[in-house]
Amino acid sequence: MRYLPLSDQNRAEMLGSVGVASVDDLFADIPAAAKAKAKFDLSNTMSEMEVERVLSAVAAKNLNASQAPSFLGAGNYRHHTPASLDYIIQRGEFLTAYTPYQPEISQGTLQAIYEFQTQVALITGMEVANASMYDGATACAEAATMACRVTKRAKVLVSGSVHPHYRDVTATALRFMDMNIECLAPDPVGIEDLIGRVGPDLACVIVQTPGFFGHLNDYTALAEACHAAGALLVICVAEPVSLGLLKSPGAMGADIVVGDGQSIATPTCFGGPGVGLFTTREKFIRQMPGRLAGETVDENGRRGWVLTLSTREQHIRREKATSNICTNSGLIALAFSVHMTLLGEAGFRRLAELNHAHAALLADKLEALKGVKILPTAFFNEFAVQLSKPAAPVVEALAKRNILGGIPVSRFYPTYPELENILLLTATEMNTEADIDILVNALKEVLS
Amino acid sequence: MINTITTSGHRALQIEQPLIFELDTGGSTAVDLPAAPKVRTRLGDLRSDKPIGLPGLSEPEVVRHYTRLSQKNYSIDTGFYPLGSCTMKHNPRLNEKMARLPGFADIHPYQPQSTAQGAYELIDTLAHWLKTLTGMPAVAMSPAAGAHGELCGLMCIRTAHEANGQGARKLVLVPESAHGTNPATAALCGYRVESIPATALGRVDINAMRAKLSSDVAAVMITNPNTCGLFETECIEIAQAVHAAGAYFYMDGANFNALVGRVRIADLGVDAMHINLHKTFSTPHGGGGPGAGPTVLSAALAAFVPVPFVVRGANGFSVVEHAGTGAAQKSFGRMKGFQGQFGVFVRALSYILAMGVDGLRQASGDAVLNANYLRVKLSAELTPAFDGICMHEVVFDDSFLKNTGVSTLDVAKALIDEGFHPMTMYFPLVVHGALLMEPTETESKATLDQFIASLLALARKAKQGDQAEWFKGSPRLAPRRRLDEIQAARKPVLRWRKADVNVAVTKQAAE
Ligand SMILES: Cc1ncc(COP(=O)(O)O)c(C=O)c1O
Repeated sequence: MRYLPLSDQNRAEMLGSVGVASVDDLFADIPAAAKAKAKFDLSNTMSEMEVERVLSAVAAKNLNASQAPSFLGAGNYRHHTPASLDYIIQRGEFLTAYTPYQPEISQGTLQAIYEFQTQVALITGMEVANASMYDGATACAEAATMACRVTKRAKVLVSGSVHPHYRDVTATALRFMDMNIECLAPDPVGIEDLIGRVGPDLACVIVQTPGFFGHLNDYTALAEACHAAGALLVICVAEPVSLGLLKSPGAMGADIVVGDGQSIATPTCFGGPGVGLFTTREKFIRQMPGRLAGETVDENGRRGWVLTLSTREQHIRREKATSNICTNSGLIALAFSVHMTLLGEAGFRRLAELNHAHAALLADKLEALKGVKILPTAFFNEFAVQLSKPAAPVVEALAKRNILGGIPVSRFYPTYPELENILLLTATEMNTEADIDILVNALKEVLS
Repeated sequence: MINTITTSGHRALQIEQPLIFELDTGGSTAVDLPAAPKVRTRLGDLRSDKPIGLPGLSEPEVVRHYTRLSQKNYSIDTGFYPLGSCTMKHNPRLNEKMARLPGFADIHPYQPQSTAQGAYELIDTLAHWLKTLTGMPAVAMSPAAGAHGELCGLMCIRTAHEANGQGARKLVLVPESAHGTNPATAALCGYRVESIPATALGRVDINAMRAKLSSDVAAVMITNPNTCGLFETECIEIAQAVHAAGAYFYMDGANFNALVGRVRIADLGVDAMHINLHKTFSTPHGGGGPGAGPTVLSAALAAFVPVPFVVRGANGFSVVEHAGTGAAQKSFGRMKGFQGQFGVFVRALSYILAMGVDGLRQASGDAVLNANYLRVKLSAELTPAFDGICMHEVVFDDSFLKNTGVSTLDVAKALIDEGFHPMTMYFPLVVHGALLMEPTETESKATLDQFIASLLALARKAKQGDQAEWFKGSPRLAPRRRLDEIQAARKPVLRWRKADVNVAVTKQAAE
């Protein structure tokens, strides 16, 4: 087998050194009766060529977005990836390194994390960011549990604007920690009252901008209400490209900002791996989950970076840790950071402008159609539309025409008949005007 | 003392590289984008034109920046990385190539299910391998890493207890040698944690465990092979005792790489076990992640599996996305966005297909052989913490350093200058000054021999006496000497700021 360097001669010599007759003898501690049952009806080794053939055939069964105009989002976005980005993250020194526990020979990863932390803090308008969580949904759950620790309260309020996966994962986490969560109904029209619900029992309120249905909200007044009640405000950002154009959550007064960096870091990849973004205020750093890189100096006084404040983490604190996270999303965080560096301030802004312009163009063209109503008045690159028909069959009909024409909201909310006709549409810089015309024309036919 | 050998501060291939923020050339970008169509904007009053503070660089500057940073990293591609418990094995590039096929990379988790049949088939095929290799009837694919898989298993366990009227069970037993994620996870799942001591042979003290088993115990979490690199010989008796007490048996499968193709977990009496795809099945660690932690489940727990999960029907595959109805009637809910770590699944399956069941069995054999070879050869100077044959990793204690003034950490740092990544240090906690080494099956005998020669020479040097100062000065040849971790924690500087600003802010944070 090509991945195994030992030759039979090596094995024989080494077995001799160890003093056993065969490799099987090394497994003598495993109960014989259990070993005897170990029969497997599975395939044997394959050449590289064969693996490529088998997996390419599986991949070919999917309709991918390079074959069909795609308008899908809902927390997972298709953006352009510069060629140098993939080159950099495939460098073996990044790809095949472990967590940088030995700083003298891990300065590359550590400096990159420090730059990532700074970039994430800057775009969210916050003070500090950690080195990443698994994804946006788990980062949201971590934010909720951190808010409970900080406030010593046990109740969390989740807005109907929050991505249903973020909400569900947070609800799961809190339920098992015996905390309470109140989730407001999905809010496609953007009318829910949050300020009226803030009270002294709340650890935090969780909102999202742009919201799941596309609405843009200024949560400054909500932040003030939360702070007056001793609660924290958690703002989720599922599409961080929006931060190139919009008022930052930090500027609104958020205490914790979480999100998913997938849209900037990686292709859609069927939803994973992404990278959870997690930022907060400096005064809360000792309550934060996850790894942190910090600046220091070496014995020669040269600047360098180390993992720091690890007394919060599971390998030191065990059952008293702020989180159980160990492996995080390091390489995707690097990809995020590399892309942000390639873009720079000017590129990041322009990318955001371009996204919004394409979405606005799509909205303009859809407004000319009968049976389509755009729900949010203000949006970034994604918005919900109310159709004259149930959205799920419309999407199936579009797929038959080779168009990935949005996501029926019912797939997230099957028990809300009032959401049956709502379709979620996204346009990014990847959707050309020609793509948009294809979608609009097809939608016109399907709806008529 | 700052290196003053060169004017630039560089030392040949070791090139100093500032932060991207210090390289800012103002206004430039490495990404040219087409012009935006002219449209009426719809941002309400949320538009912001305030500068963000991101630096602007050109493409050559960015590529050079990261290439230089990469050269300051040790990696499995460049050398031997014997980190115990971490399974730093070769990461085949075929896996990367497969994950980048547009049919896997350029698909969306919420495209119509009829257009994603290949994605569901991939998940189902990987699930089939994991279930067959472990003999377990079900697997939860959503956990994002090992620790997340532990959480998945314990959430299934707690849900099962609640469904059976056993919700009052509030205790999880974890051996002293366990990885930190085990107790941390139990706490997140609402459990109290008590530890089980080890025997002198490095195994769970089954009598001590029996004494702690009661109607209060929800689960026992045991790593097997354990973190001392030893197979828990009484595993089946442990499972029986746990079950007799009405509790479930969680096995931490971080070390499953020692067992693949040799024994099925189901035959050891296990109820739940996570599998770190980023260890056993070769997906790259990426400087910290991502990974994936699919969790296999026994029949008693299968019904509580988190959503989403793939099912095969007459018309192909579909995905069950909502708990509380149909096939997910008893599911504990959702613990991860979308469909789990799909890109990691592709890489793992690519590796599994390449290896085949025969290759996987050979791999566990070679991994265990390599570890035992290290054990025997290194015992010439080092002191193994336990007698006898080990599994895929071997742990030494620091008694060979007694009275030398040299610590485990010092030896590890000296190994860096020898061109090797250090072993895992001071873990497991039950071994004094532990040095835990896991060579994996992807290292050649020649590499092991070089490592052995270096480590034996260091041990002999330490034992000569009067060498403590020399050791404390290691490493000398790496991009950095030892870094001041105390200062880093005392006055945390966690981000770049324009000069002077950082000083004021961190002063406040330190308080
Ligand atoms: C024994 C053991 N258990 C659990 C874990 C946690 O796995 P992960 O880092 O994938 O969360 C690790 C790995 O670090 C481990 O070595």
